[in-house]
Amino acid sequence: MADITSSITPEKSRLEAVHPAYWIMGVILLVIPAFVSPFVMFQLMGWSFILGMIALSLMFLAGYGGMVSLAQMAFAGFAGYMVAIFGDSAIVTISQGWPWWIVIPLALGLTVLFATAVGWLAVRTEGIYTIMITLAIAAAFFYFTRQNYDLFNGFQGFNSVVPPKLFGVNWRGPYAFYYLSCFFAVGSYALVLYISRAPFGLALQGVRDNPRRMAALGYNVTAHRVAAYAFAGLLAGVGGILLTWQSSQISPGTVGITPAIDILIIAVIGGLRHPIGAFIGAFIYVILKTFAVDILVSLGMAGERFQLLIGLGFLIIVFFSPDGILGLWGKYREGRRRDPLTGEDRGDSPL
Amino acid sequence: MRGFANAHPVWTGMLAVLAVVLLWLMFAIWPPGLVDVIGNKKVFLSALFNGITLGGLYFLVASGFTLIFGLMRNVNLAHGTLYLLGGYVGFHTADKTGYWLLAFPVTFIVVGFCGVLLQVLVFRRMEGEDLRQTLVTIGISIVVADLMLWGFGGDFFNISPPPWLSGPVETFFVSSVKRSGELVYLKYPMVRIVIFIAAVILGIAMWLALNKTRIGMMIRAGVDDRDMLQATGARIQIVFVGVFAFGAGLAGIAGVVGGTFQSVAPGEDTRFLLASLVVVIVGGMGSIPGAALGALLIGLAEQFGSVYFPTYAVVLTFLIMVVVLAFRPQGLMGTD
Repeated sequence: MADITSSITPEKSRLEAVHPAYWIMGVILLVIPAFVSPFVMFQLMGWSFILGMIALSLMFLAGYGGMVSLAQMAFAGFAGYMVAIFGDSAIVTISQGWPWWIVIPLALGLTVLFATAVGWLAVRTEGIYTIMITLAIAAAFFYFTRQNYDLFNGFQGFNSVVPPKLFGVNWRGPYAFYYLSCFFAVGSYALVLYISRAPFGLALQGVRDNPRRMAALGYNVTAHRVAAYAFAGLLAGVGGILLTWQSSQISPGTVGITPAIDILIIAVIGGLRHPIGAFIGAFIYVILKTFAVDILVSLGMAGERFQLLIGLGFLIIVFFSPDGILGLWGKYREGRRRDPLTGEDRGDSPL
Repeated sequence: MRGFANAHPVWTGMLAVLAVVLLWLMFAIWPPGLVDVIGNKKVFLSALFNGITLGGLYFLVASGFTLIFGLMRNVNLAHGTLYLLGGYVGFHTADKTGYWLLAFPVTFIVVGFCGVLLQVLVFRRMEGEDLRQTLVTIGISIVVADLMLWGFGGDFFNISPPPWLSGPVETFFVSSVKRSGELVYLKYPMVRIVIFIAAVILGIAMWLALNKTRIGMMIRAGVDDRDMLQATGARIQIVFVGVFAFGAGLAGIAGVVGGTFQSVAPGEDTRFLLASLVVVIVGGMGSIPGAALGALLIGLAEQFGSVYFPTYAVVLTFLIMVVVLAFRPQGLMGTD
């Protein structure tokens, strides 16, 4: 069979197999810094990439594994804290000041361990229980960091946590940070896409759809789920380190309950069915969060009501389209595909 | 009870020893050696009573949550918001009219009505869609929290109990012995005792209503098999609305109680949502006795934690949750 199909359609080269939308997107991402201000690059784009990565880790768990975890921000914050504790910060009494090539792998390794432990607990429950338990774990981590002064420096947290001066580049400069976060965001996106088609990802989706059948086929359901948590922890950890570098500080406020829920909001606004949704959601969230105050003030309302605006937007989206923006896009394409008169399928839409 | 004792003789023995030790600690006059190790008896006793009364408050919040979840599988993450709304409504009622007791029925009706709105407008539209319910109720809680911040401001409010309830009352627990040999008895706030007794009575009433009445029978049948109950002709939607209103009203009443014990302020909604989550996870989803046991455990853990290990008080409650999850995922009183 395989021989016949390949003889009919000549196999595309790897570069040709990439969807043109990716080429366009890649070029746009590369040349954006030439047109926009440093604020947009560092604050808007950098933050979107980072939040997108953390939301991507949630999308991976929820979309492919069917497990909605609210602990992703806790994983991210944990990685940030580890970098601050083992690396350099203004709190010299706690920070060890080890070189970056030990600190970063160590931080990511510990984060993966933490995520595995949380995952091991969380996969003992299903559906809505998972949400509640991960929410409770995220809250526990928040309170722990706020009350522990020996290791996590309590309410203050750590400041002046900056990226290492590698190759003589200041990685917190707008251009450097833009490309740094862009690189990791695109990398994690590609990695998630790759894993979703790799045997592990396919087995994970099988576990999501029918755990009993997968168990009967000889797959270890629990191990797949825990491994998904570990991988998502890695993604969130990278995002968390970048987030710490971007704001140059980490404190309990970063890992609080509101940020944890914000990550869920981001992932859901974008849509949980495809990895790109996480980044779309993050971009919308960052734009709203940055400009909501200005919008409200221009409408003659008090600026501090921006939480209301975000909440209402979120509520409207989840109320009418549980799949977020991607769901709306899917509905639109579905509508285009159907003939408006007969309702029959017109075949592939032009898009 | 006897079945549990037969099935787990070791556990029963340990629990009995624990109960005896606790009773001794409560009633005995502490020898000086013990005081040196774990501190004053007065501190211990007030931690114990504060824990128990806080457990009563948690029970009020969590029992509504667990009832709604157990019957309808509705995940109401806006439960903490109902609690806080109850606190504000209660404060303003008591403040305007001057009658503390009036705050309870008013709050129950107002918040119960909000619960009915939630059930009819939100949950009935998305039955069986867990994730969507969660997301929508999170959205509602964000929006309403900001609206309440807007409407009621960010100040702390304290609901003051009427004069006949305020002030301490002398209990029959000996807290220490004076040098002259005179016994010093522990003083404890009257209002906390009254509210705790009310919570216990309410809990027993709920248990009786669930187990001895026709409506309770319908609710229990609905918990076990909703479709079958519907097929027998029970008007299940009315039962749903009623249970939702009752659960929400309980959360509102708990808000008044919480405002009297502690204070009403923004942020309390998340705190009590988390507390009720932990309580029902520990106790077992959908079980009223489980909610009582979980609330008692969490309340005690929080108070003893804040007295004896102040740094890690909150972590202690979550540790209990983790241990319960690891060994008994369905909760202490939960059934699979």
